[in-house]
Amino acid sequence: MGDEIKNISNLSASGKAAAAGFPGEVHETPGGGIITSKLDDLIDWARSNSLWPLVFGTSCCAIEMMSTASAKYDWSRFGFEVARATPRQADVIVCAGTIVYKMAPVLKRLYDQMADPKYVIAMGACTISGGPFFYNTYSVVKGIDHIVPVDVYVPGCPPRPEALIHALLELQNKIRTETPISGKKKSA
Amino acid sequence: MTTEELKQFISLQVPETVFEEAQFLNAIVDGSKAHAVLKTLREHPETDFDYLFCESGVDWKEFFYVVYHMVSRRHKHTLVLKAKISDRVNPQIESAAYIWKTAEMHELEIFDLFGIKFINHPHLRRLFLDDTWGFPLRKDYVDETNIVSL
Repeated sequence: MGDEIKNISNLSASGKAAAAGFPGEVHETPGGGIITSKLDDLIDWARSNSLWPLVFGTSCCAIEMMSTASAKYDWSRFGFEVARATPRQADVIVCAGTIVYKMAPVLKRLYDQMADPKYVIAMGACTISGGPFFYNTYSVVKGIDHIVPVDVYVPGCPPRPEALIHALLELQNKIRTETPISGKKKSA
Repeated sequence: MTTEELKQFISLQVPETVFEEAQFLNAIVDGSKAHAVLKTLREHPETDFDYLFCESGVDWKEFFYVVYHMVSRRHKHTLVLKAKISDRVNPQIESAAYIWKTAEMHELEIFDLFGIKFINHPHLRRLFLDDTWGFPLRKDYVDETNIVSL
């Protein structure tokens, strides 16, 4: 099994597409090729590979998010290239940092201003459950799932950039199994 | 001025001051007399404390302290003055905002978190919290929903 797929240039066109993660089959015909696929799969693949994050770093996790965005770890190779400052143009909100009671209405308003389909990543211990501020503080919201619905939780204080990238890939996997058109549940 | 001279200077103003020797010279006076002492300490040329580098509140369960840390740039001596406020129901003290301008902001924070009212403060208001919060830094602050007591 391993001997046949030694060199990617030996693969057929369909094989190359599958190796790259593209859902669909390529049929070689003279004068070009024909790609057949399901619309569900295509749309999910396209959506998951170009999620634009909203910059929302309130606290220390924002430093790790900035590190993920910059040259060494680079989330833009997964499609998160354009980090927008306006929620109107963003798909995913990476909530990095502690949310206090004064900030909670702001987060809710930004989430409401995002257009569907939108996703939330809760980064760091403070957004999951209040984190280090769980016990003795009067001002921290104990988990942003009291405010917005969360798709992926990233534990850590702060989570390493690799952990955040793992969470982003998990989110992409989750999106690939959604069914925008047909409404039928896909197998994972 | 040396420590001894400072002690004598303050004892002249308020005879019943209690002194402690810590990292700096500590002087504990009653809250009602603190303002006059602070004004003299700022204006008198021998002491000339022109830099208030910290003002904070402390809650000792039965009484409050408002602690003033000050230093003189010319004479290079440091003093800590603690003003004791025994009234827990309605604590108030004269504001030091007209003696040092930086005291404005410090006193806003102390009012916000402890509830100590500063008389004659130019614009006393809640700084970080709003009027529905109690005074969180008091020892008897109870918050069932947020603070998990072990």
